[in-house]
Amino acid sequence: MATFLDSNSKILVQGITGSEGTKHTRRMVASGSDIVAGVNPRKAGSNVDGIPVFRSVEEAVAETGANVSVVFVPPTGAKAAIQETVDAGVPLCVVITEGIPVHDSTQVWAYACSRGNVTRIIGPNCPGLISPEQSNAGIIPASITKRGPLGLVSKSGTLTYQMMYELREIGFTTCVGIGGDPVSGTTHIDCLQAFEDDPETEGIVMIGEIGGDAEERAADYIEAHITKPVVGYVAGFTAPEGKTMGHAGAIVSGSSGTAQAKKEALEKVGVRVGRTPTESAQLMAQIMGHPLS
Amino acid sequence: MDLFEHQAKELFARHGVPVPTGKVATTPEQARAAAEELGGRVVVKAQVKTGGRGKAGGVKVAEDAADAEEKARAILGMDIKGHTVHKVLVEQASDIAEEYYASYLLDRANRTFLAMVSREGGMDIEQVAATNPDALARVPIDPLSGVDLAKAHEIAVAAKLPERALDGAAELLAKLWDVFVKCDATLVEVNPLILTGDGRVVALDGKVTIDGNAMYRQPDLAAFEDSSAVDPLEQRAKELDLNYVKLDNGSVGVIGNGAGLVMSTLDVVAYAGERYGGVKPANFLDIGGGASAEVMAAGLGVIMSDPSVLTIFVNVFGGITACDAVANGIVSAFHLLEERGERPSHPLVVRLDGNNADEGHRILDEANFGFIERVDRMDEAADRAAQLAAQEA
Repeated sequence: MATFLDSNSKILVQGITGSEGTKHTRRMVASGSDIVAGVNPRKAGSNVDGIPVFRSVEEAVAETGANVSVVFVPPTGAKAAIQETVDAGVPLCVVITEGIPVHDSTQVWAYACSRGNVTRIIGPNCPGLISPEQSNAGIIPASITKRGPLGLVSKSGTLTYQMMYELREIGFTTCVGIGGDPVSGTTHIDCLQAFEDDPETEGIVMIGEIGGDAEERAADYIEAHITKPVVGYVAGFTAPEGKTMGHAGAIVSGSSGTAQAKKEALEKVGVRVGRTPTESAQLMAQIMGHPLS
Repeated sequence: MDLFEHQAKELFARHGVPVPTGKVATTPEQARAAAEELGGRVVVKAQVKTGGRGKAGGVKVAEDAADAEEKARAILGMDIKGHTVHKVLVEQASDIAEEYYASYLLDRANRTFLAMVSREGGMDIEQVAATNPDALARVPIDPLSGVDLAKAHEIAVAAKLPERALDGAAELLAKLWDVFVKCDATLVEVNPLILTGDGRVVALDGKVTIDGNAMYRQPDLAAFEDSSAVDPLEQRAKELDLNYVKLDNGSVGVIGNGAGLVMSTLDVVAYAGERYGGVKPANFLDIGGGASAEVMAAGLGVIMSDPSVLTIFVNVFGGITACDAVANGIVSAFHLLEERGERPSHPLVVRLDGNNADEGHRILDEANFGFIERVDRMDEAADRAAQLAAQEA
């Protein structure tokens, strides 16, 4: 078992013919993902390394049975691309695109909800997700970790990689990068519940950062619903008020969204929070009874 | 991007939201001329991107043009919470009967938009929310249908605005929604929204935040950018397309790949710095996943030109771009800098881990730069960088 993505996942790539789309399609293939189709309305009928390119998501799904879409379409076209995936009823849509206006993301979310919320959207502005040794949808490097009993959910790409690498001796069922935008299709809470439901996942690592109150709400959720051990890490203690720190959503506004408040909320419900990524990894290793070398 | 009040009001006026007539002045003489043109009593308002300027003495009523000049002289140059006043807005004084509050904002938690309206305006709305929550109506807005006149009326009623203000408020709220959507704002706030003696509803103040991600489709708004207030290093980094934020009182320059990892690096440096008398990070700089030689060189160049930097910590996780490529990037970056005659005058600590780490380390060692110290674990590397900064101080 894994979460959201497994060896039965058949992936289509929206924006496969762009330079990023092509590059990461090759990486996904190399890491064992089953990439069945690409979509570009202007290049329908062509192929990328033998992967057929279709006119629309609907056509790609009808021809190949794709059940995951990975979106590399630039911000100007991303909203339409995601809505097309929703219209085609694809169960999982992973949006890598960075820089989508938040009005577009909010409208896409409302649109997906109005269509019965059948498509799980991950991102935007995220590295995607990986179930090691099963499937990899997005841009996460596959070779830095292995399959194992941990679940990982994170707002940050490189911190995801850092944590996957720190805990590579233990390994992961699934690592989900939910992205650093103010509005995301999948939240910490969604992933916590999915890891709770996945019998193979024994421990959960949750990485948060400044901005919003998703971590505080996740803490409340953990207290009420999560029985598996959770270790946390929060980035941005030194971030000044009112400055966006790289991610569009990473901003302390007035007294809200601080790292300190998030850490305290998590610790209050029994989540152990490391002061550095390495310390968080060691805490999880201890809990799993598998000290890191 | 946060706008000045006068910029927010310019957008309001463009979209039909009633605002008082006013003019911007950067000198007392200009303020006098503006007051003469407007005629009668005026209000002289400091233009700063922070709250609480009224309490700080940044808003004053002037009886005539000569008085406006005096008031502007007092306000211009004033420091309000660390913001220097470079310009004032001179506005026709309004006949205020009542003060309300109105805003539209992004509700991150519920992934939707929210209207907040209260009949208690003119004060800190967070305080109203805390002490008298019933006085603040919070109405979720469906992003697909938005706010038409009927919805605006519903919001005004939910806020218990008085009968005589309802129609005017609804009309203003519907137009304010146009500002919010058409300008890609994440916040539009009017505090106070006033009812005048003759029954009109007018936006007496305006605060607008524009989504940076949407600037590509808001070319008109680029002119609102205030380059004078930007830190010169941040300005230079921006021109080089680098994701850089200058931090106060720091001495460890930080470069890394990925926003989360760099934020974390700042924290780990500050944490280690506690052991060396409070050494702190000097900046945030994310060079992205690729970490190419050109971007690395540009980033190092900006950090090396920061006089407060005493040591530099390069913290890269080699994921998509493996460590050997990153190491080659770092080596080429220093060759590029050397060609430009920019040699680092302070020590560098490089931590490089992840895919193909051994090869990356070999490349760095072989390049044999005397000023680079390689430490392979993040926490230890941060500790070493903080220690070196303390020694250099």
